[in-house]
Amino acid sequence: MFGRLTIEALPLYSAIAAGGAAVTVGGALLVAIVITWLGAWRYLWTDWLTSVDHKRIGVMYIVLALIMLLRGFVDAIMMRAQQAMALNSGGYLPPEHFDQIFSSHGTIMIFFMAMPFMTGLINIIVPLQIGTRDVAFPFLNSLSLWLTASGAGLVMLSLVIGKFSTAGWTGYPPYSGVEANPGVGVDYWIWAILISGVGSTLSGINFIVTILKRRAPGMTLMRMTPFVWTALCASVLMAFAFPALTVACGLLALDRTFGMHFFTNAHGGNMMNYPNLFWIWGHPEVYILILPAFGIFSEVVSTFSRKRLFGYESLVYATAAIAILSFTVWLHHFFTMGSSANVNAFFGITTMIIAVPTGVKVFNWLLTMYRGRIDFHPSMMWTIGFMVTFVIGGMTGVLLAIPSADFLMHNTTFLVAHFHNMIIPGVLFGYLAGYMYWFPKAFGFALDRKWGLASFWCWMIGFYLAFMPLYLLGFKGMPRRMEQYNDPSWQPYLMVAASGAFVVLLGIAAMVMQLYVSVRDRKKTADVTGDPFDGRTLEWATSSPPPAYNFAVLPEVRDREAFLDMKERGVERQRPAAYEDIHMPRNSMVGVAMGAFAFAFGFAMIWHIWWLAAACGLAMWVAMIARSSDDDAEFRISAAEVKQIEDARFRALGSQAGRRA
Amino acid sequence: MSAAVTAHESEAAATHEQRAFGFWLYLMGDAVIFALLFATYVIMVKNTAGGPGGKDLFDLRNAGIETALLLVSSTTFGLASLCSKTGNRGAVLAWLLVTFVLGAGFVFLELREFAGMIRIGAGPDRSGFLSAFFTLVGTHGLHVSVGLTWILILCGQVMLKGLSVPVTSRLFRLGLFWHFLDIAWVGIFSIVYLPGLL
Amino acid sequence: MEHPNSEHGLRSYLIGFVLAVVLTAIPFYVVITHALPPGRTLLVIGIAAVLQILVHLRFFLHLNFTSTPKENLLAIVFTAVLIFIMVGGSFWIMFDLHQRMAI
Repeated sequence: MFGRLTIEALPLYSAIAAGGAAVTVGGALLVAIVITWLGAWRYLWTDWLTSVDHKRIGVMYIVLALIMLLRGFVDAIMMRAQQAMALNSGGYLPPEHFDQIFSSHGTIMIFFMAMPFMTGLINIIVPLQIGTRDVAFPFLNSLSLWLTASGAGLVMLSLVIGKFSTAGWTGYPPYSGVEANPGVGVDYWIWAILISGVGSTLSGINFIVTILKRRAPGMTLMRMTPFVWTALCASVLMAFAFPALTVACGLLALDRTFGMHFFTNAHGGNMMNYPNLFWIWGHPEVYILILPAFGIFSEVVSTFSRKRLFGYESLVYATAAIAILSFTVWLHHFFTMGSSANVNAFFGITTMIIAVPTGVKVFNWLLTMYRGRIDFHPSMMWTIGFMVTFVIGGMTGVLLAIPSADFLMHNTTFLVAHFHNMIIPGVLFGYLAGYMYWFPKAFGFALDRKWGLASFWCWMIGFYLAFMPLYLLGFKGMPRRMEQYNDPSWQPYLMVAASGAFVVLLGIAAMVMQLYVSVRDRKKTADVTGDPFDGRTLEWATSSPPPAYNFAVLPEVRDREAFLDMKERGVERQRPAAYEDIHMPRNSMVGVAMGAFAFAFGFAMIWHIWWLAAACGLAMWVAMIARSSDDDAEFRISAAEVKQIEDARFRALGSQAGRRA
Repeated sequence: MSAAVTAHESEAAATHEQRAFGFWLYLMGDAVIFALLFATYVIMVKNTAGGPGGKDLFDLRNAGIETALLLVSSTTFGLASLCSKTGNRGAVLAWLLVTFVLGAGFVFLELREFAGMIRIGAGPDRSGFLSAFFTLVGTHGLHVSVGLTWILILCGQVMLKGLSVPVTSRLFRLGLFWHFLDIAWVGIFSIVYLPGLL
Repeated sequence: MEHPNSEHGLRSYLIGFVLAVVLTAIPFYVVITHALPPGRTLLVIGIAAVLQILVHLRFFLHLNFTSTPKENLLAIVFTAVLIFIMVGGSFWIMFDLHQRMAI
């Protein structure tokens, strides 16, 4: 009846694991109680969870990302504390538990922190920047969100029922195979990734169509903002690379669940094909995450230097070049698997080549800042911190691209330091810059600058303290993922690294504080103009937060910096003689429902509860058919309503102008 | 009045165009999935682990009939699309049903082949080669089965709603899907069945 | 919507059908009769398959350089390049490993 699910699945084997479960369940209960106390369930359901509005979906993605950032960071600090203590002793975590923690840390940070954060920012900003009213497929957008959320839910659930994978975030067989790893851990990992991966593929398709088919009149490809360009390239990578992940994880699931022999030791399995398939997705994934961050840096640098972006065309071509080259380097993740020198040399050289377009971009940003009047807004600080730190990470990457050097350093903490040195400044700093830059657009009030700067400095210093020692430890030969060790010369470095993690903790605390202070003072920092930073691109042309329809009249674009151009021509506040009716997509609960069914389906597949899996699969199928047969998915906002909303906006604008005068 | 109608029509055309392009992109992603399954099959084709190989298992007659069924069904689907343009509802339904029968015949033959192989102990858990074979061919079969249910749903919609703009737009995307599956099958008989019998 | 021109008419489907039948019959015939040595047979199968895929794209999916949207053509060319990189790369990597691992 319940497959392999028994009472044994509760994490009562250790106090720490039970504590983690208690925090998860307690946190969920607390949120539920607060919502009930506020009487906000109906509001939450009708205005948010069932919404197909790209801005609300974007906000929900980012809320998910921030929650998962906290979870992933708790994992990180637990690992750093363990390694600081574990000289010649077991520390405080048993190996089995430590392995779960590093696996969930990587899985969460990539799939359930970075991916939703990026998708959220693209969702909120791209339709505004290209001057359209919604994405091409609003319902699919909602479905993508809920598939991602149900994947994240499965990872969280593994804290409470059963265990998570111990096979690392890449899940290499044969260790992730059923013989070495018979429990449910790897299955949790597989199904969380498969379900959220479908969501990411759909998001990619959705954004490609949105950007290519729904731009405002006059917006040619070469008038798109850098962020839209990078979002487009990242979406292409999402749509074309995620199928490879689906294949890799799907075949592993077939091995584990149905006793097939794709990656097994015996019966003609070929475990070396798994890293091959996994990294065909895995390397483009790095650029899926990092390209949109590059776009954010470009927007931020240009706005806060008060200058047009230097070398826009070169940035666009560099982005497109990276998108294609990123499919040609995947073997550098497994140089040591035993390929011949020719193969390794080819992929080593392509890896070095891909560093070139990235280098081009660094010059774009530097020369944009050159002789600019720079405003050191927190977003700008994240950008500057990124440039300095990322260049170091890039150089260690080129070092690792040399196969003979890689043979010495692979699987050491040098590698750990390298990819954190790319992803923390390159991805996370970028998204945080975007979060602080576009927050007033999404909510109508700005984030506190002081706490933002405090957060930046804690992250920056904490990052160097946490990861520079790992480079040195890598040179000293310390393997990654060690639960304990017996070389006393490593411990001082690991203690410095742990102290860095605690400084980052302060940075996260400062972010929480920033949010609290800003919400408290929201009246003072309200953004009535919709254009708090003297912006240059179309998202600043509408109010903050934008109305459901974004633009009452679709803007006409005449320049790359469309809004700046409108301001220069003095037409940015021009009102039409009459408004027209606007058709908008209607909210739908099918997205949430399908997410819930996908969650239950994944749970059933993990625990081998076949009847439940069949029932949920059928339910998803029926929901999809019902939704796709619906011809009437839109509603009308009448011209009178539009006029009312716009009148209110212009009244507020007028009173603001009056106060200033 | 007429201006409003043309605006409405151009909006419908834009919607159709976006959906067609989005679906096209989905098919491209699906093509990547098939390509990697083909690659995995070729990498594993010799890993029979002492079990039966393609020469012992494949039946060229069966594969030939399957090929014929899919190819004819692709053509009959094309005839259904042609009739939808002239608004001939009865003919659309008739050609869709013919396509369904041909597709169902294909799925039946494939299932019979699978069942026969499993009966003699050559199931997907026998060897790496057979895992790759069942997964590749089974993924295609699953797609065809999805296409079959989709044909039935669209038959229902044509009957209930007529050849309205949204229904013909769906019919167009189903056509892309169905023809795409035939292309995937060309890959299967050229990479799996024919070389397997050399 | 679809442009109702002769390109997409009955003729297109029938030409496509006949060409596809021929391009299927050739490889089947070669395999059944063992008329050629295995290497050449594989070559014939490969060429017929590529041609048949092009026939399907042209006559069933109606891809051409005039009425097909530019984005769709770009997407399929991009996919073809990616499949070449992914599949070609996988073969290169995996067969190189096979050789070195002597399996």
